[in-house]
Amino acid sequence: ALCSGGESSGWAVRVCVRPKATRRGRHGSVFQLLTDLKEQRKESSKNKHSSGQQNLNTITYETLKYISKTPCRHQSPEIVREFLTAMKNHKLTKAEKLQLLNHRPMTAVEIQLMVEESEERLTEEQIEALLHTVTSILPAGPEAEQKTHTSDDVTMDEEDPA
Amino acid sequence: MFVLVEMVDTVRIPPWQFERKLNDSIAEELNKKLANKVVYNVGLCICLFDITKLEDAYVFPGDGASHTKVHFRYVVFHPFLDEILIGKIKGCSPEGVHVSLGFFDDILIPPESLQQPAKFDEAEQVWVWEYETEEGAHDLYMDTGEELRFRVVDESFVDTSPTGPSSAEAASSSEELPRKEAPYTLVGSICEPGLGLLSWWTSS
Repeated sequence: ALCSGGESSGWAVRVCVRPKATRRGRHGSVFQLLTDLKEQRKESSKNKHSSGQQNLNTITYETLKYISKTPCRHQSPEIVREFLTAMKNHKLTKAEKLQLLNHRPMTAVEIQLMVEESEERLTEEQIEALLHTVTSILPAGPEAEQKTHTSDDVTMDEEDPA
Repeated sequence: MFVLVEMVDTVRIPPWQFERKLNDSIAEELNKKLANKVVYNVGLCICLFDITKLEDAYVFPGDGASHTKVHFRYVVFHPFLDEILIGKIKGCSPEGVHVSLGFFDDILIPPESLQQPAKFDEAEQVWVWEYETEEGAHDLYMDTGEELRFRVVDESFVDTSPTGPSSAEAASSSEELPRKEAPYTLVGSICEPGLGLLSWWTSS
């Protein structure tokens, strides 16, 4: 009885929340969770209890669709651990590392967006090293896979818009 | 862009569900109530992560249902400020560029946060970045459906809970339908190198 009207992105709801206990998650971990949930729900839809879950179905479907287009789709816990170990030398904040994981940047200009005041904090060589770590450890996203099939030579460090 | 939020709620389970495992029923009720909904100042709820604690359940006089206080964690969409996100252009209007993530639509990039100089093409209803090169200005169109990278610069929550009739004047003006407001809106910006349409920044 606590629901109230909203628009497009669902409805507003009230629950008791403990905001201090909030933790940021990687896209990869959410992807894993949603995939598991989908499997579970396939199982449970055989017994007739799961009616009235259109909202859950919509949001999990759309979120899965979004994440499966990102490079996070292929990130396993092992890869993430390896990445974070390699990141120890780069002195980045948690939020910055999270964004590197979520986006898997391939150009210096992307690094400059995700790392605050990167001009002062990182030299050109350090950015190159960072890019190398990111691209060598993290698997490529679905888009990049297609690209490697179609074009044979992709330059990674182009910065000017076409 | 996703966070794990600890929440507490009391869940009512009707008696015809008593044959099932309590955890399953509660998980289902929580998802029914929260999935795809916006919690004020928290974000857009995606799905239940786990149940951390169940308190004692009560049955009250006159109601056969059980009421259980549940501590649980929920996956919520709530990007932090300055986070970089990738979305699709849903459309352009004089207010700016509207962006969608598929599961979340209420994102606006206002004109002053577009790559400058920007102009709105009235005929085609599209925003254009008049990118300057040595050979003169180059019009870069922001067409619907294009993928774009943006920075989250602001967010706003609107309390859309129903309010009771306050006075006679409110009742008389109810003829005109009240404009439905989005409970949670993000404001984006693309006025930095690297932001904007993905195709602007790739070498292909």
